[in-house]
Amino acid sequence: MSILIVADHHENKLAEATAHVVNAAQQIGADIDILVAGEQVEAVAEAAASLDGVRTVLKADHAVYAHQLAEPMAELINTLVADYTHLLAGSSTTGKNILPRVAALRGVPQVSDIIAVESAETFKRPIYAGGAVATVSNNAPLKVVTVRASAFDAVEASGKADIKPLETAVDNALSAFVSEERAANQGPELGSARVVISGGRGLGSGENFKLLDGVAETLGAAIGASRAAVDAGYVSNDMQVGQTGKVVAPELYIAVGISGAIQHLAGMKDSRVIVAINNDEDAPIFKVADYGLVGDLFEVLPEFERQLTA
Amino acid sequence: MKILVGVKRVIDYNVQVRVRSDNSDVDLSNTKMAMNPFCEIAVEEAIRLKEKGIATEIIAISIGPKGAQEQLRTALALGVDRAIHVQSEEQVDSLDVARVMASIVEEEKPGLVILGKQAIDSDNNQTGQMLAALTGMGQGTFASELEVGDEQVTVIREVDGGHQTLSLRLPAVITTDLRLNEPRHARLPDIMKAKKKPIDARALEDMGIERTPYLTLERVETPAQRQGGVKVGSVGELVDKLKNEAKVIS
Repeated sequence: MSILIVADHHENKLAEATAHVVNAAQQIGADIDILVAGEQVEAVAEAAASLDGVRTVLKADHAVYAHQLAEPMAELINTLVADYTHLLAGSSTTGKNILPRVAALRGVPQVSDIIAVESAETFKRPIYAGGAVATVSNNAPLKVVTVRASAFDAVEASGKADIKPLETAVDNALSAFVSEERAANQGPELGSARVVISGGRGLGSGENFKLLDGVAETLGAAIGASRAAVDAGYVSNDMQVGQTGKVVAPELYIAVGISGAIQHLAGMKDSRVIVAINNDEDAPIFKVADYGLVGDLFEVLPEFERQLTA
Repeated sequence: MKILVGVKRVIDYNVQVRVRSDNSDVDLSNTKMAMNPFCEIAVEEAIRLKEKGIATEIIAISIGPKGAQEQLRTALALGVDRAIHVQSEEQVDSLDVARVMASIVEEEKPGLVILGKQAIDSDNNQTGQMLAALTGMGQGTFASELEVGDEQVTVIREVDGGHQTLSLRLPAVITTDLRLNEPRHARLPDIMKAKKKPIDARALEDMGIERTPYLTLERVETPAQRQGGVKVGSVGELVDKLKNEAKVIS
């Protein structure tokens, strides 16, 4: 058994999700390698090499892999996987973009967004926006799997794996990077924050989202949003929590002005403690909240911030 | 330019799914079905491209049970020109769906393929990427904006950290995200007219597709339900509970 993990990284920084994917890989078996492909990724490769349980980091440093475009990434991975039984990546937008392309090139299926490893070929994954959980077995020669990072703990970073440079460069005439607009979010990463505070349509405007800032800063929380708030243009898409956005499972999730559609619950219901603040006492969010506060968020939030800092 | 769009018949997004008592699968009998919301966005985008004079013909394809013709009729009422239904009463894995679509791409030679980024039943998010690989096309997944030129398409993609803009050589595969557009509703006269538009019905077995044998659905369960907790009467009580009962803040 041997497992290749495709590392996700941005701006020369390894995504935190990778340490969670290594944990999932350890539950599958030994001999875990990580592929770091990109342009000038020395620091990323070193971070990946420090993750416990990693045997070798394969470093493909070439301009064609910049921004990890799916077409050259899939070509590269296709040249590497013959010796592996498993190919893993986090279910980030990067993993979701690249892995199915590799699977199709290899003629094998993909098991998406697993939340548990039952055996080397059997996995659990949510379907129907988390309304059901499927146990799926995959006996393909190469098992292609994306991993929901929030369902696995991160491994420690006390190791020192070898870094092996790859000289493989592929052609890419299909796609070209034009530009990137990174959201200027301060504070911790939504997917790995210990506390998340999310706003919904109840906030009423993008300006009012600033009301969440004080509480977020006090608690060291990341700020999320419901689909309704993103669709209304209050905040950017990268903040969306839910079935088709980010899935989070923090210690504490605070939903403010969010009614709690099943699509939103799919993205946060595995949080340890859920708080709901909403003026509609019948809102479905209260059915999953450990602590519900019925009230006007415009009065509750400033008071909440005041009492937290008191 | 011809555009091929994918249409999947799925459970209505407002309906909570039930699991069969023998845990073999979900139970969709007597369940309200609808077009996958991301496919609606794909259909809408194709129609807008036709309205702008970029698309000349829109073909919708659905791979699924007989009932999927309902969703194809909806697509035809919205402005799709003709439809292809590849019938299978069994579940078809993403890779096999992609293989069927690749054979239709070979046949129709569309300039652009637009699919939903995921179906809200299986939540796989695979088919578009797989189709792009099988046909050797570039892929613009999770698209929130498209600009179609003569030889390339510029795609703005919704990615974890914000937005990414790519330029893809045509033909290409696009998968839709939520913010690409707001789909229109079909008008009654168009629904009537759509009944006369052609649906080319075929059986999956006749497509000459090699089926993927690798996946087995072992079991489907209802996840542990979260118990609702308590309502607190004040902010003070909330802070107290979080500190002293849940011990989640200090």
